[in-house]
Amino acid sequence: MGYPRLSIAEIREGLRRKQFSCVEITQQHLKRIEEADARLKAFLTVTPESARARAAVLDQALAAGEPLLPLTGVPIAIKDNICTQGVRTTCGSRILSNYVAPYSATAVERLEAAGAVIVGKTNCDEFGMGSSTENSAFGPSRNPFDLERVPGGSSGGSAVAVAAGEAVGAFGSDTGGSVRTPAAFCGVYGLKPTYGRVSRYGLVAYSSSLDTIGPLARSVADLAELLQVIAGHDPRDMTSHGSAPDRYTSGLDAALRNHRVGVPFSLIEEGVEAETRRAIHRALDALERAGCAVEEIALPHLANAIDTYYLIAPCEASSNLARYDGVKYGYRSEHFSNLGEMYQITRAGGFGAEVRRRIMLGTFALSSGYYDAYFLKASKVRTLLIQDFQAAFARVNTILIPTAPTPAFKIGEKTSDPLAMYLTDVFTVPANLVGIPALSVPAGYTPDNLPVAVQLLANQFHEKALLHVAWHLEQAFALKPAALAV
Amino acid sequence: MAITLEEVRHIARLANLQFSEEELQAFIVQFSKILEHIEQLSQVDTQGVEPTYHAVAGKIDRENARSDVIHASFLQEKALMNAPESEEGQFRVPKVIR
Repeated sequence: MGYPRLSIAEIREGLRRKQFSCVEITQQHLKRIEEADARLKAFLTVTPESARARAAVLDQALAAGEPLLPLTGVPIAIKDNICTQGVRTTCGSRILSNYVAPYSATAVERLEAAGAVIVGKTNCDEFGMGSSTENSAFGPSRNPFDLERVPGGSSGGSAVAVAAGEAVGAFGSDTGGSVRTPAAFCGVYGLKPTYGRVSRYGLVAYSSSLDTIGPLARSVADLAELLQVIAGHDPRDMTSHGSAPDRYTSGLDAALRNHRVGVPFSLIEEGVEAETRRAIHRALDALERAGCAVEEIALPHLANAIDTYYLIAPCEASSNLARYDGVKYGYRSEHFSNLGEMYQITRAGGFGAEVRRRIMLGTFALSSGYYDAYFLKASKVRTLLIQDFQAAFARVNTILIPTAPTPAFKIGEKTSDPLAMYLTDVFTVPANLVGIPALSVPAGYTPDNLPVAVQLLANQFHEKALLHVAWHLEQAFALKPAALAV
Repeated sequence: MAITLEEVRHIARLANLQFSEEELQAFIVQFSKILEHIEQLSQVDTQGVEPTYHAVAGKIDRENARSDVIHASFLQEKALMNAPESEEGQFRVPKVIR
């Protein structure tokens, strides 16, 4: 297929040998966006002028003999809930449809300092609330394997951009699976880092105790390079962790020694489609051949994770989204007779149905008389889930489960049934509640040519172990480049 | 748990949201279905279990807090650049005093 599939290492090597320039690489990806995105709808904003200007500056620096930076000339797409100074940042919401970020997120600043070229902002479910991008106020993105199917969400546009060669890498946010589910549905790698590993400064808040920023890429090596650039402490985010990040890019190819993989076998049978179960068993075979020991683990409260998540996240959201009132930024309704009405009508017209549903759910669960039964109860079950994982990680290094119970579903299939949509997240929400890193690994295709994936989880700050195991799976699966519909 | 129309109206007021009558009817059905699923949590034994509000919170120590030094922040112009209405360097809202 004639779309760009360069790796970060190939770009670096090509620039070093002067086979191409940063401007040429940028131009190639902008052309792909121009040709394919009318059908894919991965981007809400494309930034061709600033991308070309930035690439030209990087070329000048190289011509002047300056050294290559970690991501010099690498075209990157950014989810539209991550602030980019001077560029529209909508969060997929009508209420921020004209919002231009007055500052950049720390992750974006670090990417630009590392030489990345930002080509645009990607579509997502409104404020990250959804699993399909169908909750975007600007319409859904399309799965590049089948345009009638969802790309997964909420960071669907980022996954599409990477899968379809519109960008080399992308960033999304993951509050309950929003990087991993679209990665799985679009056949790319997606990493949710440990809570606190990557600064949340400039990530528009949805659920502050669960939100993380994570990379999406077409290889484990690229994923490691992208994580390396954004990881680390940031004084502007109180919850960012003070410890130094590992060297994620080195030693990926080292043998897996004394590595134990845990699988909660009894929990991944029911409700999981056969192709996904087969992918789990292919992964286990590959890991055993690579020298890992496999053992069964128990995660007794995994079944409660989805209910816990759909209380805690809406509670935090109802508080975080109180800021959208038509005063400081964003949309303001013109039809009101007093201040109170201005708030209500602005919010009723500015938020989509799912965002309003979660604000209502959160407001209800925090309200007088219900707080103990709902929010407090969920916060206690969260503790039990953390204890489950602590017990598991005392015995194993990584845990293997599906990313999603099924491959990508049809557009419109679950929009009328919010609960069915929530259950898409059953295997992704635990990592957010427990604060641990998790990585979705492409594991093959269904007979209908839809991607299937498996998910690896490790203990807090063990991103390197995830990347290491994922690299071995990548070698074992040796997947052919995807046959896309666009 | 079944939720009443009056309760939903009350929550909407608390959340500064408005729903049409038609929206409310559809909303109640979906909301009740979600609550029914969430009710499963009540069966989990949490006797003596402490709640968790931040999974990595125990590891955020004082060293992570930046020193209390004044830094340059947004200029007024930047803070107001997205305001629907502003005047004399301030956000403008409808009159609240009669």
